[in-house]
Amino acid sequence: MKTVRWLIGLVLIGAFMYGNFFIYDGHIDFKLINVLLFSALFILFRVIGGPTAADRIIAVDILGVLIIGLLALLGMYYNQSFFMDVGLIWALLSFVASLAFAKILEGRSLDD
Amino acid sequence: MIRETIGMALILIGITFDFLGALGLLRLPDVYNRLQAATKCVTFGSAGILLGIFFIQGFNNFGFKVLLGIVFIFLTSPVAAHTIARAAHRTGVKLTPESVVDKYQEDKELKE
Repeated sequence: MKTVRWLIGLVLIGAFMYGNFFIYDGHIDFKLINVLLFSALFILFRVIGGPTAADRIIAVDILGVLIIGLLALLGMYYNQSFFMDVGLIWALLSFVASLAFAKILEGRSLDD
Repeated sequence: MIRETIGMALILIGITFDFLGALGLLRLPDVYNRLQAATKCVTFGSAGILLGIFFIQGFNNFGFKVLLGIVFIFLTSPVAAHTIARAAHRTGVKLTPESVVDKYQEDKELKE
């Protein structure tokens, strides 16, 4: 079972590296965004199969932080600054949602 | 020229930290260990990417939005992480059996 899991991971990472960094077509800085998308895939595995509820809350919170970096890189590539507005609003909503979920998990009400 | 080199190096360091943080979130055995790995994603991952973009862009409107994003992430993310960890400990999530000390539990037993 452990060997099968390691093999699946190696095949995934190998295919990702081959498709992104060994075929070079001129702009390397746009392909760096795919590393962040691959990390978001890892975080979504933790959201789906986390053993407790706290794992899922942590994973969603960190996914919000990762999306901010992704949007900043996209804004630098297209040379448009409104992507960063989307990132700021995403960070604000992710923060409020994390606090609310933590309070509900602890068993208190929201105006406490 | 020097400015763009420093910015690109900071972006590469930030993307590496983000990937390693996501890998730690997938691999570590416990809620608290996963939180420890995932908070590294914030302080040098996405903040490193934003700081690199600030070095590249300079003082235009995109640069100021990126600085606002850094300040916002640094203010909100430790608060969310601390709240989630406290809620997880109060709802009785067990530590991994390899862990050696639990100061919060000792403090609660001392108060009773």
